Amino acid sequence: MKDQSNHAFVIEGKMALPYQYFAGAVGSKFIVALRDEKKILGVRCEHCNKTWVPPRQTCEHCFAPLTDHWVEVQPAGVVTNFTVVRYAEPYQPQEPPYVLALIKLDGADSALTHLLDCGDIQNARIGMRVRAVFSDTPKDNILNIARFIPE
Amino acid sequence: MKRKNRNVAIIGSGMSRFSSHREEVNQPEMIHEAVVEALEDANLTLDDIDCVLHGNMELFEMVHQPDMWHVLGDGGWGKSGVRLTTGGTTGATLACAADNLVASGLHDVILAIGFEKLQEGHTTGGITNMADPLWGRSLQTGALTGLGAQKVIDEFGEERARIAAMKYRTIMDEHAMKNIKAHRRLRLERQYIKETADNSPPLAGELRMIHMCSQSDGACAVIFASEEKVKAFKANPAWVVDHETVHREETMIFGSQKSTQRAAAEKLFARAGIKNPRKEIDLFEMYDPSAWWGVDWLRDFLLLEGDEALKMIENDEITIEGAFPVNPSGGVVASNPIGATALVRVAEAAMQIRGTAGNHQVPKTVRRAMASGFGGTLWTVLMLLSKEKPE
Ligand SMILES: [Zn+2]
Repeated sequence: MKDQSNHAFVIEGKMALPYQYFAGAVGSKFIVALRDEKKILGVRCEHCNKTWVPPRQTCEHCFAPLTDHWVEVQPAGVVTNFTVVRYAEPYQPQEPPYVLALIKLDGADSALTHLLDCGDIQNARIGMRVRAVFSDTPKDNILNIARFIPE
Repeated sequence: MKRKNRNVAIIGSGMSRFSSHREEVNQPEMIHEAVVEALEDANLTLDDIDCVLHGNMELFEMVHQPDMWHVLGDGGWGKSGVRLTTGGTTGATLACAADNLVASGLHDVILAIGFEKLQEGHTTGGITNMADPLWGRSLQTGALTGLGAQKVIDEFGEERARIAAMKYRTIMDEHAMKNIKAHRRLRLERQYIKETADNSPPLAGELRMIHMCSQSDGACAVIFASEEKVKAFKANPAWVVDHETVHREETMIFGSQKSTQRAAAEKLFARAGIKNPRKEIDLFEMYDPSAWWGVDWLRDFLLLEGDEALKMIENDEITIEGAFPVNPSGGVVASNPIGATALVRVAEAAMQIRGTAGNHQVPKTVRRAMASGFGGTLWTVLMLLSKEKPE
């Protein structure tokens, strides 16, 4: 069959889709406490005996409303899993290679995703103890915690 | 031919408050309001739900797979789930899919959820993606058109058409004033119809801001159950009789061919044995994107000729107390959280049958009610509900 690809016409397009995202009742309270008081908050479901961090408005297991069940958790915890990012994309928070880790904070039953700076990426281990380093400049997102480092 | 394996009924519904300002809640928190209300209305818990159907407009909030995000608010954890997105008709398609899934026997109890948070996104940005990149996208102008208005004016003359559109708009506002969930409650007054239109900013041709639907944030949840479950729950049902979907994609030729509204109505009424829809159906919740389309489409949905639909408006037949109430909720011109909007029509029609519409409950008994969805290039979904269980 004759190759037709040199006759094929391609339209290059680009669309801008501006958006806002309302952090909501629970997300807003979490970010404000993190930014203004350097406190990490979770919500507790007594029925399921679980403390959820990041917080959520309902217990994902039993659907109980948790908006009024706030607890503070520790800014330190344990790495439950991690990955090493080795390739560059335009919107990454820093130059690769770097470690993204799941961190279960002391007092929490669920893990928070964040940057783990343990010097050489080879040092990252499941089970290692880490603590939060808060950002010097207040931000309106999770990067109020700049990164986690080994305890 | 037997069309249905078993009967399906709506046994509960819930809605968030509709508004253009819902900064205090995120998407799952807003959906949660509707789900909690629907479960309470049906007197069920999440344990009774087998499957969660989720739908909204693609790209409107710039969220990929919102059904995954929303599990925290919609209660879908550990349950079957399907996401549907058929543009403006999404909410009506959710209702059709729920009916099909329960009738087939695949699920017994389904929670259908439509949502939109238009304040967070860019409606026209999302809609423009609908056009073909080669032929239409660089010409696309968005979702507003003055053609609907022009069509009514051409046929009935400027004076009569303008008054009918604003009379329709004012009746919808009178209804919205009774609906605590409605977004735009403007307290329009009949004696100032002309001034209200003249003072409203023009959008396209004779279409003005006052005629057009709102941009709302909101969520709607509706619970569908099988005949056996209706019995077991001792539920208050509004039965799903039938539904019809009509698409026409390739062209938008106004007036020169049968409308999707009329095509859907003809098919649905033929199957249901309805000869005189105005007499045999008690109420209609119509997806009216603008007052002009409300005026125009009423004729096609009810298979009317000439100026009969205009007369229904002029003679107050479509009010809550009228002979054929249209949109006791205030309709889409009052509240339009798009992905929820068409499901709200079904929910409202069911509420009227179940007698749970509160302040905007029509005074007469509603035995049969109809709900429509609109989307895309003038697509129509039409659903028929009844108080009596279908044979
Ligand atoms: Zn729980």
